[in-house]
Amino acid sequence: MTAKTAARYRARAAVTAERDRHGRTRLTRLRSDGPLAVREAEGAVYLVGAAAGPLGGDDLGLDLEVGPGARLAVRSAATTLTLPGDGESRFTVRARVGAGGHLDFAPEPVVAVAGCHHRAVTEITLAEGATLRWRDELILGRYRERPGRHTSRIDVTLAGLPLLRHELRLDDPGVYGGVAVLGTARAAGTLLLVGTGLVGEPVTGEGLAVMPLAGPGVLISATAGDSAALRRRLCQGESAATPAGDLPSALQDARAATPHH
Amino acid sequence: MDTRLLLLADSRLPAGGHAHSGGVEPAATAGAVTDLASLSDFLAARLSTAGLVTAALAAASCSFAHSSRDHAVVRAGLGGQLHDHGGEGGRDGEGLWRVLDAEVDARTPSPAQRTASRAQGRALLRVARTTWPHPALDALAAHSPRDHAVVRGGPREQLHDHGRWGGGPHHPVVLGAAAAAAGGTPRQAAAIAAYGSVTGAASAAVRLLGLDPLAVQQALAVLADDVDAVAARAAAEPDDWAALPAVSAPGLDLLAELHLRSEVRLFES
Repeated sequence: MTAKTAARYRARAAVTAERDRHGRTRLTRLRSDGPLAVREAEGAVYLVGAAAGPLGGDDLGLDLEVGPGARLAVRSAATTLTLPGDGESRFTVRARVGAGGHLDFAPEPVVAVAGCHHRAVTEITLAEGATLRWRDELILGRYRERPGRHTSRIDVTLAGLPLLRHELRLDDPGVYGGVAVLGTARAAGTLLLVGTGLVGEPVTGEGLAVMPLAGPGVLISATAGDSAALRRRLCQGESAATPAGDLPSALQDARAATPHH
Repeated sequence: MDTRLLLLADSRLPAGGHAHSGGVEPAATAGAVTDLASLSDFLAARLSTAGLVTAALAAASCSFAHSSRDHAVVRAGLGGQLHDHGGEGGRDGEGLWRVLDAEVDARTPSPAQRTASRAQGRALLRVARTTWPHPALDALAAHSPRDHAVVRGGPREQLHDHGRWGGGPHHPVVLGAAAAAAGGTPRQAAAIAAYGSVTGAASAAVRLLGLDPLAVQQALAVLADDVDAVAARAAAEPDDWAALPAVSAPGLDLLAELHLRSEVRLFES
């Protein structure tokens, strides 16, 4: 398949989770669109790629709405490959979480394939008292491949104030290959936790920084040689950020939560 | 050339900048910056990440300092911020300074870097208020702690996040307001911030690694066009705070955290 002949997609998928009067979460909207399919399975909503990509020129969007007191977990069935094509591809995720709601977004990694030109935009709006677990993992190219241009930015506001604005830009290997950014790492990722009961002091390890934010959240940032090592470091960071026996109740509940129709 | 702005950009400004290495000391300790070549790469990467972000925040602060005298202008120009943050700190200029300070927090996930930024902001504010009195600087000072409240204990105390505004306003916010007080434009504030993001680190490297000062100066001269380009980009849209650059440097974040734990260090950060 070549980029020139591939159809460009413009697609908007959406998921809404609401708490019913019995206190259970119901998925009141589950909308797939084009190459972005969403399926409910095993206590989570899965993003299922119905087509390869995104390819250059594609403009994909996902809207996540978690009502007050509701819980939603989002996973993906497989890694996402950002592929070259006709111009820039874009994936925009907008998430809103109401008071007492919890969103746990942890899809499989994104692989920035050689020649790609991709922009990932994430905008998260949290109400006061909302909690969040949000994971981003990026692999710099397939095996022994240099990645294309890839930019990802996450903006999180909590109760109207900015909590985190964080962009990882892979456009100039001279910059991102330096020790100040990623060095020789082939995989980079972050895990953002927002809630109470999180660690108050920073923790560091090899290729790992657990950083309490100025607001009620912790950013776990890791780099590694491959995706498996990256996942291990993020898990290690998550354990350090959620002191044993003192897991934030919202996060604890979310691990056992199962959405019901 | 405006002498007031030259004074603000001068490393001899008594604002404590010499105590910070811009991440060079931890990078040298880790063996990641060892010679002129690795320093040049480090400075270029620092400029296009942390340099761009601080320059953009300084430009935003400068623009806001110019407009905050006139609340009508504030309401017209920063309607988005007022709408988004209406619940925090009221709708006056003071509340918006807190929002801008929070924009720095949001772009600085490393607690060690937030502490360093607030320490430098506090020191610069003291100099700037004496030198170029301006209502914007007074507004920032109104929320800074008194000097005796400054935590100067061991690493554990320094790690403690003093929360928004505790420990002084963030450095780029003060730098932008000081540039405005000295008659500068947002573009000029961005230029001073971008320039400072590499010169401070370069002079620290000379002291730490015993590099040839002439060679380091030449490396800075090679970066001059890049500094100008970063400043121009940083000042492109100073009034859309939420959209300001937020380019991260995970390596710098990790180095900053490691640095605060090291037993022997010459620089605060």
